[in-house]
Amino acid sequence: MKMPGLEYSGVKNIDGPLVFVDNIRNVAYDELVVITAPNGEERMGQVLDVTATSAVVQVFGGTDALSPAGTRARFLGESLRIPVSREMLGRVFDGLGRPKDGLPMPLNADYLDVNGLPVNPYAREYPRDFIQTGISAIDLMNTLVRGQKLPIFSGNGLPHNRIAAQIARQARLLNEEVDFAIVFAAMGVKHDVAHFFIDSFQSSGVLNNVAMFLSLADDPSVERLITPRSALTLAEYLAFTEGMHVLVLITDMSNYCEALREISTARGEIPSRKGYPGYLYSDLASIYERAGRLRDGSGSITQMPILTMPSDDISHPIPDLTGYITEGQIVLERDMFQRGIYPPVAGLPSLSRLMKDGIGKDRTRADHPRVASQLFAAYSKVKDIRSLASVIGEEELSPVDKLYIQFGHEFENRVIGQGEFENRTIEQTLELGWDVLKILPRAELLRVSEEELQQYYDQAPQVETLR
Amino acid sequence: MSSDHREHIGEIIRVNGPIVEARHMEHAGMLEVVEVGAMRLIGEVIKVHRGAATIQVYENTSGLSPGEEVICTARPLSVRLGPGLLGTIYDGIQRPLDRIAAISGAMINRGEKADPLDPARTWHFQPQCKPGDRVTTGTPFGEVQETLSINHRLLTPPDVSGTIVSIVPEGDYTGEHHLAIVKLDKGGERPLTMFQHWPVRLPRPVRQRLSLRQPLLTGLRVIDAFFPIAKGGAAAIPGGFGTGKTMTQQALAKWCDAHIIVYIGCGERGNEMTEVLREFPELVDPRSGRSLMERTILIANTSNMPVAAREVSIYTGITLAEYYRDMGYDVAVMADSTSRWAEALRELSGRLEEMPADEGFPAYLPARLAGFYERAGKVETMEGKEGSVSVIGAVSPPGGDFSEPVTQHTSRFIRCFWALDRDLANARHYPAISWKNSYSEYLVDITDWWKNQDLDWATNRQVIMEILQEETALQQIAKLVGPDALPEGQRLTLLIADIIKNAFLQQNSFDEVDMYCSPGKQSWMMAMLVKFTLRTRDIIRRGGALADIQKLPGLDRFLRMKSEIPNGDTQAMAALEQLLSNGLDALERKFVE
Ligand SMILES: Nc1ncnc2c1ncn2[C@@H]1O[C@H](COP(=O)(O)OP(=O)(O)O)[C@@H](O)[C@H]1O
Ligand SMILES: Nc1ncnc2c1ncn2[C@@H]1O[C@H](COP(=O)(O)OP(=O)(O)O)[C@@H](O)[C@H]1O
Ligand SMILES: [Mg+2]
Ligand SMILES: [Mg+2]
Repeated sequence: MKMPGLEYSGVKNIDGPLVFVDNIRNVAYDELVVITAPNGEERMGQVLDVTATSAVVQVFGGTDALSPAGTRARFLGESLRIPVSREMLGRVFDGLGRPKDGLPMPLNADYLDVNGLPVNPYAREYPRDFIQTGISAIDLMNTLVRGQKLPIFSGNGLPHNRIAAQIARQARLLNEEVDFAIVFAAMGVKHDVAHFFIDSFQSSGVLNNVAMFLSLADDPSVERLITPRSALTLAEYLAFTEGMHVLVLITDMSNYCEALREISTARGEIPSRKGYPGYLYSDLASIYERAGRLRDGSGSITQMPILTMPSDDISHPIPDLTGYITEGQIVLERDMFQRGIYPPVAGLPSLSRLMKDGIGKDRTRADHPRVASQLFAAYSKVKDIRSLASVIGEEELSPVDKLYIQFGHEFENRVIGQGEFENRTIEQTLELGWDVLKILPRAELLRVSEEELQQYYDQAPQVETLR
Repeated sequence: MSSDHREHIGEIIRVNGPIVEARHMEHAGMLEVVEVGAMRLIGEVIKVHRGAATIQVYENTSGLSPGEEVICTARPLSVRLGPGLLGTIYDGIQRPLDRIAAISGAMINRGEKADPLDPARTWHFQPQCKPGDRVTTGTPFGEVQETLSINHRLLTPPDVSGTIVSIVPEGDYTGEHHLAIVKLDKGGERPLTMFQHWPVRLPRPVRQRLSLRQPLLTGLRVIDAFFPIAKGGAAAIPGGFGTGKTMTQQALAKWCDAHIIVYIGCGERGNEMTEVLREFPELVDPRSGRSLMERTILIANTSNMPVAAREVSIYTGITLAEYYRDMGYDVAVMADSTSRWAEALRELSGRLEEMPADEGFPAYLPARLAGFYERAGKVETMEGKEGSVSVIGAVSPPGGDFSEPVTQHTSRFIRCFWALDRDLANARHYPAISWKNSYSEYLVDITDWWKNQDLDWATNRQVIMEILQEETALQQIAKLVGPDALPEGQRLTLLIADIIKNAFLQQNSFDEVDMYCSPGKQSWMMAMLVKFTLRTRDIIRRGGALADIQKLPGLDRFLRMKSEIPNGDTQAMAALEQLLSNGLDALERKFVE
C-alpha cells in the first residue's frame, strides 16, 4: 500500500525551517523525509502535520538554499532511526547519528526509533545507589544516585563544563567496579567546548568508553531537536540491552529549547511564556524521562543535562520547566564564582530529590541525612544574618550571629569549595561538614541527634577557627 | 452490535500530533470512543461537524496516515469497576500497567490492550438478597472481601430498577458471571455482575450532598492544627518545583484516615509512581494494621506518556473514587499535578486552533476545574449511607508565581489552600506550607469535632497562631535594628515562635517517629507550647531574663519532643512535662522572692 521512497518534485512553499508539500498521498505523521536541494544536497526532515494531500515537514538540515520549484521531497515511510551498538563507543556522530569522524557506519548495528517508547512506571526500579563524585557540594548536600536525572543550572561564563567533566572523571559507585559508558550530546555549543570535553575524556583515559553526538553552533539549529534523542536512544540500548551503566551529559539544553521555539513560531503556534510553545514541558519530559533503571536488573541511565539560565534567571521557562521534571538541580551561583569559589554551587536552591533514599546507614553514613539537613538549616540562617549585618553592621551582631557569619564563610570555602582535581571520599566530606558545624554552639544544632552530637561534635577536638 | 460495524467506519483525513480528523463520521457522537488506524489506537470524539469528527488520541500517533480507518464503538469513555481495583496501577485510560508490562516489556508499546480487571480471577461472593427482593440504584446485592481491610460492596448499578428473579449461592465467581437476574420494571431482564462500567466524565449519582463535619486527619501538624481539610473537602497545594507538593501528597496518601486512596500521577515523574509502588506495600496502615497498598489505587500518566491520556487521567481517578464512596467509604484523591492536566487541555486546545484566553489556556479551563473539584464532597449515597471523596490537587505554577491562571482559578473552587513557600523549602523547613499565605475555610466546620477530643484545641490553636503573627511583625523591626535591640518580652516572642516553627511545624517525612503525628500527640504538643508561652511570659513580666529561659533544663528535649516521644507514649510526655514544669517553677520562685 505504502510506497516508501516516493519522491515529489517541487514543494508548495518554504517558511523558516518548514517546508510545505502539496499533492502527496499516503504520507504518515512523523514520517522521515529526504529533502533534496536544487544543488543535489540531501537533508533529513520529518512530517509534523499531514492531511490526505499535504504535509508540513520540518527540515533538520535547515532550509538555506532551498527554492520551492527546485526542491524535491522523498517520503521514506518510517520514522527516524539511528544505529545503536557497543561499537559506537569511542566514536563521534552528528545529531542524527551519522559518523562525523571519517570512519564508516558501525557494523552489526540495530536501528532504533530516536523517539523511544515511554518506560512503564511499573517496570522501573527506584534509583538509590549512591554515586560518589568526589565533589562535596554534590556528595554531601545534593547526592547523585545511579539512574537519576540531575541537571546543572548554570549561567554564561560559569564553570559548568569543568564541573561536568570533573563528575565524569571522578564519578564512581562505592565499592563497585562497573561496566560503564558515557554518552555525550552537544547542541549549539562552540567547537572549543566539544574539544574541552574530548581532551578531558582523553586525559582521564575514558575516551574509548565515550560516544559523542555533536550538533555544534555552526550546524543547522533544527538538528538540535534530534541530537539529545539520538544520544538517549544509544544510551537506552547500552543500559537496557547491554546492561551498562551510562552517564549521559547533554549540553546545552537552552539551545535545544531555542530551536524548538523557532519551529513553533514558524508553525504559527500560540506561544506560552516568553514565546516558547505550550508543550515545552511535555517535550522536555520526553527527553529527561529517558533516564533511570529497570526492574529487570539491567544497567542504568544517569542524566546530567546542562543549561544556561538566560540572565541567571531561575524562573525563566527553561530552568523552571526543567526543574519540574528532573530529580533536582545543581544551581551555580555567580556571586560565589566571583568570590573565587569552585565549584560555585548555590547552597539553598540546589536540590537532589533522590538523595533521601540514597544516603544514610549502609549507603553513605548513618549521620549523613541529618548533617546535610543541619548544614542547609544553618546556611539558610547565614543568609538571613548576612542581610541583617548589611543593615546594622557586622559588629552589632549578637555573639551567636557572629559565629554564623564565620560558619558561612568556612562552609563556602572549605566544604563547598575544593579543587578541580580534588577527589574527596564521602567520609572526608562528612568530616569537613562536622568540622564547620563545630563553629556553632551545640544548642543551635537541633537537626542532628543527641547521639550524633556526642559522637561527632563532642569527641573530636574543636577546629581551629578563623579570626 | 458487531454486525453493523461496517456502517460505523470513518476515514482519517488529517493527523496533527494527538489530534486526528476523520470524515464519514455521521454516526459518531460527542465523547464517543473510537479506534483509530490500523494500530487501533484508542481515541475520543471531541468535536463533530457535518460528518467530520475531531478525535483526541490517547496514544502516540506516529506512523498514522490519512486514509486509515476509524472504527466507532458507540460508547463513551468508561472505566471498569469491580473487585481487583485496589492495589493496581493503571494508566490514564485504565490500562493495567502491571499486565501491560507482562505483555510488552519495560517500554509501553502502542495499541497494547489489557483488561483493567482480570476476567479469569474468581472472587468469593456473598449474596445479600433473595429472589423477590426489590433492587434499585444502590441496593446492595452482595459483597466480596476485596482485600483483608476492604469489603467490596456490590451495588445495583444506576440504570437498574426491578425485582430479583434469581441469585447464585455464596461461592467463587468471576467478574462477568451473572450473579443475579433482575426483572426490570421497564420490562425485560438484566443480569447483575461484579464488573460494571461507568463513563468517566459523568459524576455518579448520589441522594444528596451533606455538610462537612469531620476533619480528614493527615498526621501532618501544620495541616491538622492550622489548615485542616474536612472529609469531603477540596484542597489545593500550589508550589514551585521542589517545594514539596509530591512529598506532602505522598505523606497524606500514607497516613490520612481515609479508607481508600486514589493517587493520580498526572504528567509527573515515572520514578515517583515507582516509589509509591515499591514503598506502599511495605508500609502498614496504622488503623487497619494491613499494608497500605491494599487501600490504594494508582493512576499513572507520567510526563512522557501521551498528553491526551493525561487529560483524561484525573477523570478516571475520580470516577474510581466515587465508586468506593458509593459503598460508604471515605476516599481521598491525590492529583499530582493539576497544572499538567491544565497544560494538556491547553496543548489540545492549541491543536484545535481554539481562541486562547489567559496564557494560552482555553476559555473553558475554569469550568473544567470547577467540574473536577465539584466531584469532591460528603454525600448520602443512593443506598442511604454516608461516604465522601476528598480531593487534594497539586498546582505547579510557572516560576512559582501564584498569580497565574491555574492557581487563580483553582483557588475559586477549593476551600483549603496550602501555599508552599520557596524560602521555607530552601531552608529545608518541611512541610514548606506557609503559615502566612495558607488558609482553610473548613476550620469552622471541624472545630466541634476537635472540641470533643480536646476542649482547649481551638484556644490553643489561636494562641499559637497569634504568636506567629506577632513574630512576623517583629521580624520587620528586627531586620532593621537587630533582634538584640528589642525588649525582653519581644525577644521572648521571637524565641517562642522559633520553637513553634522548629519543634511543631517542621515535620520531616523521613523521621521514623515524626513522619506521622497522632491527633493525641498533636493536642499534647499544642498544650505544651501554650503552657510554656504563658508561664515564660509571666516570668519575663516579673523581671526574669530571657537568658534564664534559654538555659531552662529540659528545653533541648522540649525542642526534640516531636522525634523523641512516640505517638501515644503518655509516660514520656508526662515526664517531659514534669521536667519543664520543675524548671519553670524554680525560675518563678526566683522572681517571686
Ligand atoms: N461503557 C463501556 N465501555 C467499555 N466496554 C463496555 C462498556 N459497556 C459494556 N462494555 C463491554 O461490552 C460487552 C458487553 O457489555 P455489557 O454491559 O455486559 O452488556 P450486556 O450485559 O447487555 O451484554 C462487555 O464485554 C463489556 O465489558
Ligand atoms: N515533608 C518533607 N520531609 C522531608 N523532606 C521533604 C518534605 N517535603 C519535601 N521534602 C524534600 O524536598 C524535595 C522536593 O519535594 P517534592 O515533594 O518532590 O517537591 P515538588 O513536588 O513540589 O516538586 C524532596 O525530594 C525532599 O527531599
Ligand atoms: Mg454483560
Ligand atoms: Mg512533584
